[in-house]
Formats: sequence, C-alpha cells, structure tokens
Amino acid sequence: MPERPMIEIENVSKFYGIYKALDDVSLSIAEGEFFSLLGPSGCGKTTLLRSIAGFETPTHGEIYIDGAPSLALPPNRRPTNMVFQSYAIFPHLDVAENVAYGLKRLKLTPAEEKKRVGDALDQVRLSGLGQRKAHELSGGQRQRVALARALVMRPKVLLLDEPLSALDKKLREEMQVELRTLQKAVGITFILVTHDQYEALALSDRIAVMFGGRIAQVATPKEIYQHPRTRKVADFLGGMNFLKARVLGEQAGAVSVDAARFGAVSLAKPHGFSASDGHVTVGIRPERLRLLWDDDRAPHELAGRIENRAYFGEVTHLTVGIDGLEEPLSMVETNNYGADDLPIGAEIRLAFDPDAFVLLAEDPPVSRV
Amino acid sequence: MNALTQRLRLIPVLPAYVAVYFLFLYLPILLLPVFSFNNAATTTFPLAGFTTKWYASLVGNTVMLEAARNSLVVGVTVSLLSTLLGICAARAITRYRFRGQKAAAGLIMAPLFLPEIIVAVSLLMIVLAMGLELSLLTVILGQTVFCVPYAMSVLVSGFEGFDRSLEEASYDLGETALGTFRRVTLPVVAPAIVSSLLVSFTISLDEFILAFFLSGTEPTLPVYIWGQLRFAAKLPGVLALGTIMLAASILMLTFAEILRRRAERRTQMALMLP
Repeated sequence: MPERPMIEIENVSKFYGIYKALDDVSLSIAEGEFFSLLGPSGCGKTTLLRSIAGFETPTHGEIYIDGAPSLALPPNRRPTNMVFQSYAIFPHLDVAENVAYGLKRLKLTPAEEKKRVGDALDQVRLSGLGQRKAHELSGGQRQRVALARALVMRPKVLLLDEPLSALDKKLREEMQVELRTLQKAVGITFILVTHDQYEALALSDRIAVMFGGRIAQVATPKEIYQHPRTRKVADFLGGMNFLKARVLGEQAGAVSVDAARFGAVSLAKPHGFSASDGHVTVGIRPERLRLLWDDDRAPHELAGRIENRAYFGEVTHLTVGIDGLEEPLSMVETNNYGADDLPIGAEIRLAFDPDAFVLLAEDPPVSRV
Repeated sequence: MNALTQRLRLIPVLPAYVAVYFLFLYLPILLLPVFSFNNAATTTFPLAGFTTKWYASLVGNTVMLEAARNSLVVGVTVSLLSTLLGICAARAITRYRFRGQKAAAGLIMAPLFLPEIIVAVSLLMIVLAMGLELSLLTVILGQTVFCVPYAMSVLVSGFEGFDRSLEEASYDLGETALGTFRRVTLPVVAPAIVSSLLVSFTISLDEFILAFFLSGTEPTLPVYIWGQLRFAAKLPGVLALGTIMLAASILMLTFAEILRRRAERRTQMALMLP
C-alpha cells in the first residue's frame, strides 16, 4: 500500500455548545486505503466524516486533503464525494441523469459525458438501467446509483456514511464484497462509517474505533480484533470474557498475572503499561475456549457446567459456570459434535490456550462537556 | 357479527345507500348544465329543446365580463399570495423544530374551522375602522387569510420528507447553493407549489361571503351571480355561467390533485428506504 497520506486530521474538535462531538481527534489515512470509522451511535464517527466532506466545520484543528488544508473550502470545492445513508437519489431524475448530475458543471462534451456515465454504471454493474426512474429501483440498485454518482466525479476520497445499513443481511453481505472489489479496482481512498463491527473487519485495511468523540484505537482488522487495547474496544468488536487478574511480575515486554482459575498467564506488555493497584483486566475471546469431549485431554483444562445455551445454526453459544469465577464464561462451539444437544446443567470440561489472553488497559473516562 | 355482515351482503343496503347519497349530492349540480342548454327561460321539465343562446348572451354581457375580470385578478393575486405565505409556513413546519410550532400550525389552520361569515364580518369591521375603501384589494386580503390554510396543507404534504441530504448531495457533487435550489429543491417541490396555486385560485373563484362583504362596487363572479338571481329572466344566463365555472373548478382541482400526488410520491420516495 502506498504510504502517501491522503487525509490528515490534526487535533480536530467539534463542539455543539459545550457538548464535545469530537474531542481532539488526530488521524492519518493513506492514499488508496480502505479505512473504517467504527463505533456506537453518537461516538462522533459521522461528524468526523461530515467534517472531511465539508458539511460540518470543526471548532478546532485542521483537515488536510492530499496535502492541502481544507477547512476553508465548501463541500462543492473539495476533492471528496459522499455516499449518503439515505442514498439521496434525486427523485426527479432518472439513473443516468443522477449519475451525470455533478458532471454538468464540468462542461464536458456530450460524448465524453455519456462515456463517463456509462463507465460509472458499468463499474457498479448497472449497465442498461440508465433510463430507469429513481422510484423503479430496488434498495441495492439505489445504493449502486449513489456509488456511481460519486465515483463518476473521480474524487480523491470517497466517503461512505453507513451505506449498507438499510439493506437486508443477504444483500448487505453481497454489497460488502462488491464494495471491497470496487475499491481495489478504482484504487482511491475509501472512508467508511459503520456501527457494524463485522462490516468494518471484512472491508477495511485499517479501522479506527471511536467512543465519546475520541479515537480509542487505530489498527488493522486482525490487530484490533486480536489485540484490542482497552476493554471497550474489545467489547465492541465481538464477544469477550473479562477477568480481573493480579499482577505477579513484570519483565521486559511481558507481564505475568494470576488469572484466577486460569492460573498464571504471561501477556505481552502494552506500551505505557501500569497497574496501579496491582490488578489488571484480561480478556479471552469466546471462540478461544473449546469443549472437551469424552476422553479428550488438553494441557490447560477447566471444569464447569452449562448454564445457558443459544442455537445459532452453524454454532451454539454456551454460557458456562466455573467454580471460583464470579462471572460465567461465554464460549462459541461449532455444532459438528453435538454442542447444540448439551442439556442445561451438564458438567463439561473446556480447554484454553494461555497465549490467547490479552491485557486490556482501562478506558479513559468519557466526558463530553 | 359474521352472520350480520353476510345478511348485509345479501340485501344491497349499502350500495343502495351510496347510490342515493351520490344522487342527492350531484343531481342538483347536474341540473345546472342541463338547464343551461334548455331553450326556455324557466327551469322546469319537460325540456324545451337544445340551445346555446344563453352562452352566447354571456359574451355581450359587459357587466358579467367585468365581474369575470375582477374574479381573475383576485384569484391570481390570492393564489400567488397565499402560496407564497404557505411556502414559508410549510417550510418552517416541515424543516425546523421550534417552540410553539404546533400552536402556530394550528392557528394558521384555524380560519378553516371558523364560521366564514364571522370572519367576514370582523374583517369588514377592521377594514372600515382603518378607513380603507372597500375594493378588490380588501377582497384579496380577506381571501388570502382564508386560502393560506389550504395552500399550507397542500405544501406540507409536498415538503414533508423532503430529504435534506438531497441538497447536501448536490453541494457534494460540486453544485453551488443557487444551482442546488434551481436543480434540486425547486424541481422536487414544484408540483406541490403548482398544486397549491391551483387550489387557492379555485377557492378564490368560488368564494362568496368574503367577496360579498368586502368587494364594494367591484363584484366578483359569485357576487354578480347573487345579484342576478333576483331577476327570473336572467336565470338561464346564470346557469350557463355557473356551468362554465363548475367545469373550470373541476378541471383545476383534478389537475392540482394529480400534481399533489406526484409531489408526495417524489419526496416520499426520496426518503423511502428499501
């Protein structure tokens, strides 16, 4: 991936009165990168996206687009284009006229304009539907028109505001694959706002997780899922079993802790680690716990009993009570071996890998005023 | 319950009721064109043969033509004024949230539910107290008060759900604020505006009470018709005139409703998620 920065966000804050929608956000997004802003509603991700587009003016800070300071530029003079959550298809225009909307100002020859519209429709696989009226389109098609209308402008950055949230699950998954393919094909920077962690994980080169107007962590999908920095990040990106653990000792680059019934565990020491009261929070993902059947043996085992069970088709989610642990553990088991038939109350054994634990930092207190 | 509905289906009570209802509603109106083509000065059956002479007599009737001109001036001005005011009100109600919004909307709609004659009398008192001369201007002011609620309801249904992101999408695609208004805002709401103009014009054209109280020496068509009813010989001419006005009103209201539905579909569709 080319490392030239395309978007640089420098200490951007946005206040509504005394409410901090964005609180000193800094971020660098590379040329050609598929970048996601992930977080719960109200975390500031949409405000940040709209600040890049020019629809919001940050109270402090600067946003550079391709090296140029951009806050003084209105939306119509920025090299960015946006796909709106509602798609915002112009209802009085047909598909081709929608796509050609922004081109009209470029004073192209009719032939050239037609070619660019045709190419853009091909790109989103809507060839031949140029004469369709907006109200004759399905949800997925409307989404594609919105994409084509933005891409035809050849922006340096494409901004996507929850573009898939209105589609049903099946179509959403199809569009995810297509979005990813499209981004690779056009090669420009995509910035996606989403509250769906799976969407962010599946699509992005890098993800910024946001809470309370601040960025909690920026990393690749794999890094952010496997090594979330804080408890909230870990929690937002899927299931996680949290445990209080006592610090046994610190070595260079590692911390060893006593993780209750899991025993002594050695963990990678995060940057700036400090355990003020000698206790830390550690976590292990549900899928890193494994049921042991019959005579199966594992180097690290725990005994427990099924407290609850939820059937999800391909997997079953189990809640397992362990003596000596305050909270029951969540685990995810494939249904290949009959986990879906385990009765509530059944005594089971589970295996775990001590290397699967992550050390989680305390979340900074959220204050938005 | 089930047995009852079945019995009702056997006896065509409801269809008969509906037929009588429509007959009662529309038969008198249908008699209007019938007698306007009847070759007799009285409105009695049997009909005396077909004629268009009553229509022909209208052409040379300068007093009637003057009243028609007055109605046209008043109608056009009232429809423009009440649509303009209606646009402001509808935009405020659909786009913004403010304290007293519901109350404001209610007060704008109120003239619809007040007895028109009371409104007319109070307007007359104020106009006289202010020392204004009764004229077409006073009719225009009075009818505008009365038409704004109609204009506003038509416009609100057109503006409701006008997705703000349509305008943002236009800026985002490089268009200026003025260009956005011209290329997006106006076309999307245009049907609602035309519909509001037509509805207000039609209401003004038919309106009698306010015009009667406030028009002074310049009668509008309804006031003129009222004056003619005293002379039995003039009745067929009035029927011919009434037929023309009826046809014009129905045409305009139909057109307005078509446009209103189109406007509604457009704006709703822009919002509609799959």
